[in-house]
Amino acid sequence: MAKNKFHKIVTSAVPLPSENVDTDQIIPARFLKATSRDGFGENLFRDWRYDARNEPIKSFILNDGKFSGEMLIGGKNFGCGSSREHAAWAIHDYGFKVVVSSFFADIFKNNALNNSLLPIQVSDEELALIFASIDDNPSSKFEVDLESQQLTILETGHAISFEINPYKKECLLNGYDDIDYLLNLKAEIEVFEQNNA
Amino acid sequence: MAKTLFDKIWDAHVVKRIENGPSVVYIDRHLIHEVTSPQAFAGLEKRGIPVYQPKKTIATADHNVPTINQHLPIKDQLSKFQVDKLTENCEKFGITLYGLNHPYQGIVHVIGPQLGITQPGMTIVCGDSHTSTHGAFGAIAFGIGTSEVEMVFATQCIMQPKAKKMRITVDGQLGKGVTAKDVVLYIISEVSTSGGTGYFIEYAGSAITGLSMEGRMTVCNMSIEMGARGGLIAPDQLTFDYLRDREFAPKEKEFDRAVEKWSELHTDDEAVFDKEFHFDASDIEPMITYGTNPGMGTKITGKIPSNGDANKSIEKSLSYMGLKPGENLIGKEIDYVFVGSCTNGRIEDLRAVAEFVKGKQKADNITAWIVPGSKQVEQQAQEEGLTEILEKAGFQLRQPGCSACLGMNEDKIPQGKYSVSTSNRNFEGRQGPGARTMLASPLTAAAVAVTGRIVDPRELI
Repeated sequence: MAKNKFHKIVTSAVPLPSENVDTDQIIPARFLKATSRDGFGENLFRDWRYDARNEPIKSFILNDGKFSGEMLIGGKNFGCGSSREHAAWAIHDYGFKVVVSSFFADIFKNNALNNSLLPIQVSDEELALIFASIDDNPSSKFEVDLESQQLTILETGHAISFEINPYKKECLLNGYDDIDYLLNLKAEIEVFEQNNA
Repeated sequence: MAKTLFDKIWDAHVVKRIENGPSVVYIDRHLIHEVTSPQAFAGLEKRGIPVYQPKKTIATADHNVPTINQHLPIKDQLSKFQVDKLTENCEKFGITLYGLNHPYQGIVHVIGPQLGITQPGMTIVCGDSHTSTHGAFGAIAFGIGTSEVEMVFATQCIMQPKAKKMRITVDGQLGKGVTAKDVVLYIISEVSTSGGTGYFIEYAGSAITGLSMEGRMTVCNMSIEMGARGGLIAPDQLTFDYLRDREFAPKEKEFDRAVEKWSELHTDDEAVFDKEFHFDASDIEPMITYGTNPGMGTKITGKIPSNGDANKSIEKSLSYMGLKPGENLIGKEIDYVFVGSCTNGRIEDLRAVAEFVKGKQKADNITAWIVPGSKQVEQQAQEEGLTEILEKAGFQLRQPGCSACLGMNEDKIPQGKYSVSTSNRNFEGRQGPGARTMLASPLTAAAVAVTGRIVDPRELI
């Protein structure tokens, strides 16, 4: 089934400089009781966003009116921990289309790619440049071009190239779906089964 | 060409290699539970397709279930809906379910091995990152997301790039009071919480092969806490003996033939790993974590590091834990002790705790929960008289489930309270909002339960 195609975007960004942001922070387990994929954005970073009385914690970036945009910038080892795809759903549902970090946990990265959420891995130095740009100007704009695999800091014109698996890139650009691909391989899968029975 | 154990199993399961892309990998066993499967079933319905190989998927309810009064309807309506949905989906799609009150119900990574569903040489996946547990049997086992759960339902395959290979060798004899949990907490503290990312780990060395199957499962279970996709251990006689006569293991002559095949599952002498670590068992002491990721661990007699390179993330972590750099952990008062989870909820873990607390009482300041990993563990504990010992010592014995490991049901550690836990993650809020988790072995947890404080268990055995 066709998914949303990933287009070029120009956006401001939300900075979250903490390292090792785990999926229990992104979406705590007690909010995993839904049986659909929708609505998880409401509880994104729940315990960093709201206090015990459900009052917004003003200092947290998502509650700070200065920051907005479709790009979330995280510290090193973003998305570690549980395999819950709900973490990718929550970030996407909140309105982010891109997550940038200097290092991603494997399962999170995979889950993001399966949900039209583009994980962009940059070097530590480039990550520092991006944070610095937002520090200077909270509404600093960035361009993400998946086709040319470039993330540009528009204020300075600094362009950062990023890697992505060519197959996954095609999937994101065209809205292709892995399950459709696999279903088309049924004959080969059956042959594999016969050979290994 | 010389191959690692991981290569051998992986290569034998590749259906197709996509140029410049992932491989299509065949999955032998698929385990599911109530939390990460409903959206995958919904996906099948939307496409109007069945589960392709329903007999290769086994379901249980574990993450979300209450651990008291399991015979009564689930009170939490959202949990009930999710558990009911699993039952409904399994019926609709023809999948075997070991649901609440079934004698095989339990934590998915406890029941797989216990029932002999997990076997050497298999590829095993589950929508849960601790699927790595099954690697203890010489299987490639790892956690997947819900989109991939749907892929397995639809085609019995997933698409993944092959991981790099790491070997972690631990040689030598473990000291008195040093357990499998201490070994893996030590390894994680050395390799770091992200040091294994991109790798599949093989554990080797005499200290690893010297562990029981339960101990090996504990080690493989926490591979993901280094970021690794999974971890495995070459199968040996101990593995085969464990599997013999298990419900779903091959029987009689078939078993002998299987053992012959399984015996070939080891890394060739000349095989090369992308990364290797060597540790000496005599350097490992009882461990405990002080921070908010499993890599932030120290020997229990140690101090919280006060190194000069302390960064904001470490400061934030210690502030959450209410601890200070340079602080000694011994003597620190604790509020809760939790024994259970897919890491340490097996019969051997319950035996270790019972042996220690026999004839003793838990300290007054401690609330002690012990949650068997499965109905079978619960039953066995009863038969062995462990239940009575534990209850006499003041432990609350609960019914099987993931429980306070992830605080999804009502078993939560209250805000600001300290919990010494045999589970696998000490993330902020993991055991409940504001809960302060310190990971340790079942033996250490038992010693803390009795003394009410962090204590070196070696002094008490």
